[in-house]
Amino acid sequence: MRQRLESISFIDIILWLFRTLIIVAVIWGTVATIFNNPYSAENWIDFLVFGIAQGSLYALIALGYMLVYGILFMINFAHGEFFMSGVFTATVFVADPLNQIGFLNAHPILALIIITLVAMAVSMGIALLTERVAYRPLRRAPRLVPLITAIGASFFWQYFFRGLYGSGVHAFPTVDALKGNLTIAGIEILKTQVVVIVASVLLLIALYIFVMRTKTGKAIRAVAEDKDVAALMGIDVDRTIAITFATGAAMAGAAGILYALLFRQVHFFMGFVPGIKAFTAAVLGGIGSVPGAALGGLFLGVFESVGPSLFLEGLGITASYQLKDVIAFTMLVLVLIFRPQGIIGERLAEEKA
Amino acid sequence: MPMLEVRDVHAYYGNIHALKGISLNVEKGEIVTLIGANGAGKTTTLRTISGLLKPRQGKVFLEGEDLARYKAHELVYKGMAMVPEGRGVFSKLTVAENLDMGAYHRTDKDGIQEDLERVFSLFPRLKERRNQVAGTLSGGEQQMLATARALMARPTLLLMDEPSMGLAPILVEGIFDTIQEINKEGTTILLVEQNAHMALQVAHRGYVLQTGEIVLADTADKLRENPVVQKAYLGIE
Repeated sequence: MRQRLESISFIDIILWLFRTLIIVAVIWGTVATIFNNPYSAENWIDFLVFGIAQGSLYALIALGYMLVYGILFMINFAHGEFFMSGVFTATVFVADPLNQIGFLNAHPILALIIITLVAMAVSMGIALLTERVAYRPLRRAPRLVPLITAIGASFFWQYFFRGLYGSGVHAFPTVDALKGNLTIAGIEILKTQVVVIVASVLLLIALYIFVMRTKTGKAIRAVAEDKDVAALMGIDVDRTIAITFATGAAMAGAAGILYALLFRQVHFFMGFVPGIKAFTAAVLGGIGSVPGAALGGLFLGVFESVGPSLFLEGLGITASYQLKDVIAFTMLVLVLIFRPQGIIGERLAEEKA
Repeated sequence: MPMLEVRDVHAYYGNIHALKGISLNVEKGEIVTLIGANGAGKTTTLRTISGLLKPRQGKVFLEGEDLARYKAHELVYKGMAMVPEGRGVFSKLTVAENLDMGAYHRTDKDGIQEDLERVFSLFPRLKERRNQVAGTLSGGEQQMLATARALMARPTLLLMDEPSMGLAPILVEGIFDTIQEINKEGTTILLVEQNAHMALQVAHRGYVLQTGEIVLADTADKLRENPVVQKAYLGIE
């Protein structure tokens, strides 16, 4: 006992005080907000629904990080750019022209499917190219090398697409059919948010089935566990890794279109923040599993949306919405302190790292 | 023409000269064993044959065909399967999924189903646990799974790396019985073992490997009576 007390250093005490302070501040803020009650029930529901919509986007992007980390133990920082490249290209080459000729509003469902497929295809193409050219040759290099390469690839694609489509913000065309609200169980929800949530859930289920049930999905899991033994089974390891990148990128490409529907704009830098957030979500949920990534995304999205109003306004902080990133990353730090393996899933830094 | 021929193979791990000119051959229908102490190069030999490690010098032939231009995963299509060292089952996949992976390269659904029934009759325990994650199996069951998974490839040549390692003596006998059974059904086997006693009982011929070189090659019966083998590997003074 004595020894344990002695081993607690001054810094530890400061850190624990700091953690306690954060938790006290969160509770205090929450209680104060509830007593002052500046928002109506509808406001809270709006926050919540927006959080779920945003969170499902994070979940879709997080899957790409999760899949690649699962198979290569590498954090693919260029994943946000896979997300951006698809939606940016689809906006410039498909959505805008379809809007101009009136096809987008004449056949909105068909048009959106075409736009999404193009975005997914472009994202997959960029991912396959990056994997082949920048990552595969470094497969046997020390762990830090592919990480730095990934950061390099991220910048490369950002400025490549900036050069291609310009540095300005492009508006994603408005889809008339998705204007306005939908009333579900007495709650008014923006139609775009409904589309985002439903599409994300369907894509997550599809991906889960792909990974768990199909032969290729089993091969991905086999390669993730042991590349040599997988090769002995006749599994082409390089091809399987490429498929994994492409699968994650396809999800990111679809997420890009959903993002554009929600926020109605695209630009060359749009992948950076969602990329970092989705990576946060993947770590939050536990980076080893599909449900983990999905849950982490949802959690982060809801916290970001509800958190500022709930935790901060009671403390007398105005314009709290601007501090949503503070909430998001404080969440990450807290989760990592108390549950390093994430909500569900395995530790980042054991044997594998 | 031998089924498998290894001709003067040199292999390296980094700068370590692990194999210093290994030559051996396996005829169709045989069980050939490769015995030797820890670190003699037994696993390296199997890794080289299976294509996981490329020899720096020398060649490996399967039914007369030079394997140098094939990658490891392509050799399964040539009829080669391996039970890897330390069993190497996919611990997060279920027993059934592991067996699926064994038949990964095959497309004949009926044949796969037939072989599934065959390995389940060989290892009834696996049938009971087919939906269990492989990591939760006991050591003996994992060894059964690794063997069953290799059989799912319907190999003509089966490479086995220390199937008896870490198993209780009673299970070791079972594994060697299975090896003989598999061989009787027509599969040629190259068996790498530290348990020389058991290996020389089931094998037709054997090679003794010492620090990366083959020092003895003979029929299993003669090796068993060889005083050097008796002293070094069988523990008979």
